Amino acid sequence: MAGTAAVVGVISGCSDKDDNGGGGINLGTGDIGILNYAYALEQLEAAFYKQVTDTPYAGITADETQLLADIRDHEIAHREFFKAALKTSAIVALEVNFSKIDFSKRESVLATAKAFEDLGVQAYNGAGKLITDPNYLALAGKIVSVEARHAAYIRDLISNGSFADSSVIDANGLDKALTPKQVLSIASGFLKSKLNANNLPTS
Amino acid sequence: MNIIKILEDIEKVDPEVYEKLDSRRSAMKQFANIGGKLALAAVPIALSGMFKKAYGQSTSTIVGVLQYALTLEYLEAAFYTQAVASATLLPTAAAKAAITTIRDHENAHVALLKKVIGDLGSTPVATPTFDFSAGNGSNNGPFKNVFTDYGLFLAVAQAFEDTGVRAYKGQAANLISNNDILTAALNIHSVEARHAAHIRSMRRAAAADSTIKPWITMNSTAGIGAAVQAVYNGEELTTQATVNIVNIGGFSISANAASEAFDEPLTKEAVLAIVDPFIV
Repeated sequence: MAGTAAVVGVISGCSDKDDNGGGGINLGTGDIGILNYAYALEQLEAAFYKQVTDTPYAGITADETQLLADIRDHEIAHREFFKAALKTSAIVALEVNFSKIDFSKRESVLATAKAFEDLGVQAYNGAGKLITDPNYLALAGKIVSVEARHAAYIRDLISNGSFADSSVIDANGLDKALTPKQVLSIASGFLKSKLNANNLPTS
Repeated sequence: MNIIKILEDIEKVDPEVYEKLDSRRSAMKQFANIGGKLALAAVPIALSGMFKKAYGQSTSTIVGVLQYALTLEYLEAAFYTQAVASATLLPTAAAKAAITTIRDHENAHVALLKKVIGDLGSTPVATPTFDFSAGNGSNNGPFKNVFTDYGLFLAVAQAFEDTGVRAYKGQAANLISNNDILTAALNIHSVEARHAAHIRSMRRAAAADSTIKPWITMNSTAGIGAAVQAVYNGEELTTQATVNIVNIGGFSISANAASEAFDEPLTKEAVLAIVDPFIV
């Protein structure tokens, strides 16, 4: 377990942040790798909601316009926070691939938003145990509950009352937790950039 | 006592044991290599200190967190159980279905926490007696109409859920030494956040008030008022780990959005003060 020094001050000097020759953008090792993993997912979400608000779907309501803009701002805030905190250890800006999404259709946009938000929750829940520094764990905790709020809102837009239905919550009343490999295999369908998570901690 | 054998055995179940004992992994390996030459009398003391460092919080700390969480889950479970049992409180089938879903989750959390506490060799705390009027047992507190006034019920539910989110968040560091329990707590934590968002959406719809959002804006109670201000104090942060989130990176991010983007933890003391009027 690392110490309790201020977060920004201690993130530094990870040099192997770029393509490592093994294919893909190397997220790195240890806590830095986990933070880059979160940064990658936030890049994906921020880019998605930017597109959603730039090209609103047909029939969007005033409420949806307001709250989807809020979500966009939250995801941009998360993305830029990780970028600022990681400094020179941050991975590059990722290229997204949204060719599967029809941004003119509410159904397509909300289905994608639901997938991203549930995936975000499951990713942070699964990454918690991989983090060694309690300060980073606290920061991940501050973000994951906001992602869960987004997930609930989006799910209710699709079908009111589905905010925490049995497709995501198990019989013990628990959300799911996914490993970085499981998450990235899903997220990769929306990314042109290839990510290399081989050096992330696994336990 | 064969320290090499002990470390090797531990490594089989925890491959990171050396890193947990000391971040200088190579030094620990070396220590293991020469362990056989150490004075045997010194070994038990050295081991005890090392393992305390390696595995962090004692079991009693973890059980303490779980008992605290169980108390909050008892509160929520009893609250929603009473709400669903009322024939007149919940005005629509959708409202009844949503509150039933939440009640079932809170009951499941109670059952899970009781089981884990038992598995750790402790006795789960008993269910307290609650006074959901916030009257400390008088049943005549400021929320005395909570089970007849739908708007008030949703307001109190919002306060409970947002408190629950902040309470679990405040305990994550105390569970960092136990991966399974940390993950379970995180998995409860995000469910509480889903509940909070839905209750807030119910309030937004019932009051036709677009200032009530699924997320927490600054330290606003979203119209509930001073009675629940303590639930939201501290949520107004717009700086995270010394990074200013307002207009971060040259993007137009308002102070409201900056505060909404991050939920904040609450200490156990703050949470217990918030729920005190509800516990007889």
